[in-house]
Amino acid sequence: MDILILLLALFVLSLFLGVELITKVPPTLHTPLMSGTNAVSGITLVGALLAAGNDGSAMMVNVLGFIAVTLATINVVGGYLVTNRMLAMFKRK
Amino acid sequence: MNENLVNFIYLIAGVLFILGIKGLTKPKTAVRGNMLSALGMLVAVVVTLLNMNTIDYTYVIAGVVVGSVVGSIMALRIQMTSMPQMVALLNGFGGGASLTIALAEYYTKLGTTPASFAELLNPVVADSSAFGPGPEGTIALIAIGMTVMIGALTLTGSLVAFAKLQELMKKSYGLPGGPVGNALFVIAALVAVALVVVNPGNAAAMVAVVVLALLLGLFLVMPIGGADMPVVIALLNSYSGIAAAFAGFILGNTVLIIAGSLVGTSGLILTRIMCVAMNRSLANVLFGKMAASGEIIDADEVYAGKVTSAQPDEVAMLLENAQRVVIVPGYGMAMAQAQHAVRELADAIEAKGAEVQYGIHPVAGRMPGHMNVLLAEAEVPYDNLVEMDRINPTFEDTDVVIVIGANDVTNPMARDVEGSPIYGMPILNVDKAKTVVVIKRSLSPGFAGLPNPLFAMDHTLMVYGDGKKAVVEMTTALNQL
Repeated sequence: MDILILLLALFVLSLFLGVELITKVPPTLHTPLMSGTNAVSGITLVGALLAAGNDGSAMMVNVLGFIAVTLATINVVGGYLVTNRMLAMFKRK
Repeated sequence: MNENLVNFIYLIAGVLFILGIKGLTKPKTAVRGNMLSALGMLVAVVVTLLNMNTIDYTYVIAGVVVGSVVGSIMALRIQMTSMPQMVALLNGFGGGASLTIALAEYYTKLGTTPASFAELLNPVVADSSAFGPGPEGTIALIAIGMTVMIGALTLTGSLVAFAKLQELMKKSYGLPGGPVGNALFVIAALVAVALVVVNPGNAAAMVAVVVLALLLGLFLVMPIGGADMPVVIALLNSYSGIAAAFAGFILGNTVLIIAGSLVGTSGLILTRIMCVAMNRSLANVLFGKMAASGEIIDADEVYAGKVTSAQPDEVAMLLENAQRVVIVPGYGMAMAQAQHAVRELADAIEAKGAEVQYGIHPVAGRMPGHMNVLLAEAEVPYDNLVEMDRINPTFEDTDVVIVIGANDVTNPMARDVEGSPIYGMPILNVDKAKTVVVIKRSLSPGFAGLPNPLFAMDHTLMVYGDGKKAVVEMTTALNQL
């Protein structure tokens, strides 16, 4: 139970931090914020790697892992690239 | 590797994500923030790979290669006008990744995997101790069930949102019974999750969770109209984050929890901003139709004989003498790909000595911040993009407002006519300006289906036609003056 309560604490504190941070993002950057958070949610790649690459798992688990790795990588690569492309366009006079 | 060291490095990755989002609070620091966030991702992935005991690289490399190619092509090819579609797809993939991770974890812990599709439904002898000792096993199962459910509905819901934004699906379909039908589906899916938690060997129940949640995603989004998609994709953005955070609980992984909850709150806050900007509750956007008006407002009565139309060269003469001009863009500008033409018109107006700003309504376009990205693409400096609350007090001192492709967000009925379906929705008070120029194909109503009295006001000029063409003609005429 110890670990679980720590994870829960982390979750709750991260939610509060998220609210504080995100409310400070100006409306003009809301689209890059969405694509940027898409990239961040690609962190599931970490879990996907564990499922796809674990030698000795059943074939079906590896295949599910492969799908997860593919989808999460699209989010990571696509999300960061497109966010960078957009942000580079925002310029001052 | 030492487990403590791994978790310490995950903490560093989490801090980099937080600094990354902090960077997004200012346009100046945003590019660097995005890089920091990407660095965090790299750190997390590398430490995960180093920490795995036995790795079969076949599936890992295949997945990373396919994902990188698809992701890069999407990111580099997508047009700025289609950014909502891209985000909708990425939301869906995020949900799909969480779904498949949770399923992989379920079958791993179960110890047996079905050899054929028929065997997917066969019960297996297992209890929650396979998923962790005592209550931990039960909680792990709840986390798996919820991840599967949220991941699956995010996947299909986002694909429908994509189809709607891409205009592949134009009609709205819904379950009979509307919210009641959806509620029954939610309950059925939760019951199936409960069955899995009570008896993890009940593999058929897990299949039921997947199927019910996939269908739920379809039914939730299919009835919602295109103009409400900003809310839907913001909400699905949040779901994809929540699914990732739940997956973090399954795997006991700290960085998944930090990243997932940041994404989850981001989506929720954007959802709230969109709802407030439409003066509608989330429930009303998801399940409701626009409220029926007390009395039907007759478009002919509003417009008859009162609408003044103008040619682009007449507008150019007005613009030549203006001191201050505000441009109000809407989704129509994106549809007409007119952002570059608009910027050129603004340059021409500034060359005649006037000040030009852009008034951006929070729900203009098909996603939060859509107009800002389009105008940034056309190299409009971001200081000139002014949000609703800051631009509204300035309209009284504005000589000419040019409305291009926006309708409902300028409708004064939202402010003045109590009992109108959009009453209370915050609008851009363009009618307070000395002259309003509206570029529009016809007098057809916007998403709310209402006539717009703005078009019939004495100081409003309607310029009919394609947005891009009209703007280009104005620019040409202005340059010749």
